[in-house]
Amino acid sequence: MKAYSTLLLSVAAAVAFGLAAQAAEISGAGATFPYPIYAKWAAAYAQKTGTRLNYQSIGSGGGIAQINARTVDFGASDMPLKPDVLEKDGLTQFPPVIGGEVMVVNLPGIKPGQMTLDGPTIANIYLGKITKWDDPAIAKLNPGLKLPSTAIAVVHRSDGSGTTFIFTDYLSKVSPDWMSQVGEGTSVEWPVGLGGKGNEGVSAIASRTLGGIGYVEYAYALQNKLTHTKLINSAGNALEPSIAVFQAAAANADWKSAPGFYLILTNQPGKNTWPITGATFILMHKKQDNPEKAKQVLEFFDWAYKNGAPMARSLDYVPMPPNAVAIFEDSWKQIVGPDGKPVWDGHSS
Amino acid sequence: MTAETVEAAASRADRQGRAGAVGDGIFRALTFFFALLVLLILGGVIISLIAGAWPAFRAFGPAFVISEVWNPVTGKFGALAPIYGTLVTSAIAMLIGIPVAFGVAVFITEISPVWLKRPLATMIELLAAIPSIIYGIWGLFVFAPFVQQYIQPGIIDTLGNIPGIGALFAGPPLGIGVLTAGFILAIMVLPFISAIMRDVFETVPPMLKESAYGLGATRSEVVWQVVLPFTRVGVVGGVMLGLGRALGETMAVTFVIGNAHRISASILQPGTTISASLANEFTEAFGDLYRSSLIALGFILFVITFIVLAIAKVMLLRLQKQAGG
Repeated sequence: MKAYSTLLLSVAAAVAFGLAAQAAEISGAGATFPYPIYAKWAAAYAQKTGTRLNYQSIGSGGGIAQINARTVDFGASDMPLKPDVLEKDGLTQFPPVIGGEVMVVNLPGIKPGQMTLDGPTIANIYLGKITKWDDPAIAKLNPGLKLPSTAIAVVHRSDGSGTTFIFTDYLSKVSPDWMSQVGEGTSVEWPVGLGGKGNEGVSAIASRTLGGIGYVEYAYALQNKLTHTKLINSAGNALEPSIAVFQAAAANADWKSAPGFYLILTNQPGKNTWPITGATFILMHKKQDNPEKAKQVLEFFDWAYKNGAPMARSLDYVPMPPNAVAIFEDSWKQIVGPDGKPVWDGHSS
Repeated sequence: MTAETVEAAASRADRQGRAGAVGDGIFRALTFFFALLVLLILGGVIISLIAGAWPAFRAFGPAFVISEVWNPVTGKFGALAPIYGTLVTSAIAMLIGIPVAFGVAVFITEISPVWLKRPLATMIELLAAIPSIIYGIWGLFVFAPFVQQYIQPGIIDTLGNIPGIGALFAGPPLGIGVLTAGFILAIMVLPFISAIMRDVFETVPPMLKESAYGLGATRSEVVWQVVLPFTRVGVVGGVMLGLGRALGETMAVTFVIGNAHRISASILQPGTTISASLANEFTEAFGDLYRSSLIALGFILFVITFIVLAIAKVMLLRLQKQAGG
């Protein structure tokens, strides 16, 4: 296309959209876990396009409530909504990034990555069945490691959290006892343990209490230099946490045949797959009163899918692979304006 | 003085009086409006709390306040664990805080050398100026690990072995828990109680005390039989103020209580309080029943504080009557 007509087109667009283009600000609210990457993307995007994102990290529950009340352009939740709930509330969802969770421990003399744990053992610790660090179940996984008889101080999230949802979902998959006695959710009835508010609360308690164990986002464990453990995955391999093993969990994910993209990436198959991995989700209404606004939101996430991967990796999030992105962007056809036409035409304006 | 000037003066006074009456009327209406506003806000809070809590009360009935279950997965909620935690932590705070505050106040007013009085009083009052989140962070990062490693093992090995009350001090040592929360609360309410006690102790007329000393009374006899009877209304008021603060304290407790919806026999184990539960769970409360149960907790805290204040008022009235009769 000639530069000449491009100029004409953009002038026409500016005239046509006038006010809307000037006051380009999109608003979102919800999950706290992806907030750092959304903020980083938003800053870079605003510099490039002038469109600003106002994201309030009020928690996944708050994000769901806000999008249902239509006070924001999009909601964000670490727990995907079930397909029937999406249908009922007229919502659609898609995941922008994936993150991993690690177990952190506080035992004198134990260094990061020295200890190995597996799912059933973690479930029994969190059920209160294993109470000492020198329990045979832990000793069996760690031959050669000198374990003290210190009492285990179990630490969990006291606030409702997508992190807890992913963690309890994993425990439910690997332990029938956990599934029947506790179950999965953003907050559950913990049989034992201390509660800390937020990732920072859990890491503070787990790192200060002798014999502590907790679950936190990988980025958190890295930044605060916590003692993470290796985990044994579904294939029986003991793995160190890294972006590569988180990505492996996403690589095998079959998004295409998951209605509403309701897919939880814990305990996925694969030799090098990290067991406690999860995606975070964006929620939008399928029927939009203001198609221009919805288009701006989708343009933002389209830009993030295509250009945001290095930024995501720098903050220890896993970006979505291109084949998955194509599937998600295809689903945006469901988002329509008052005239019934999709607001997203597959091109950024 | 001529008749004209007298009349002029009278009419001027009259004008001023009328202007004063108008100003007075406006002032009265304004203050009445402010007083009414407070009542309206209070009424609004109560109504919105009841309305918000209604779904939970309807779903669980009276069992809500006697059930320990708090299970967001199955949607079953009961308030007993937070109510228990709120009352027990406040009781521990009072048990530790009142004697210490009393000792501090007696020392400052009766025993301390004059040069030490002011710095000591100022330092105690500075405790009250520290924001509660600082207490929480200090409690979590400094106090709780210290308690876990140096105090709790001793308590568990000694008090924990006494039959009967041993269950109160059963292990394992975690550092964080109900007792630690009570400790922190005690430090937080201490300045409030001691400041009021000190103020009211100073209102005792020196003549009364000197007469008692003149009759050969010892210092402790003067404190117990002259100072305390003279000031008991103020002392009870100070204690109630401290209790009110302990019941509603949120951040410091949230940091060190362990936030577990359980009732443990042992005060070394984690628990939760009403305000800590609200602070922790409100943002991510999925579903109407969960949210409503949290609002119901808030309503219960409102009722508990109201009862405490009412008891304080009744006690004060009784004491005043006794003192008068």
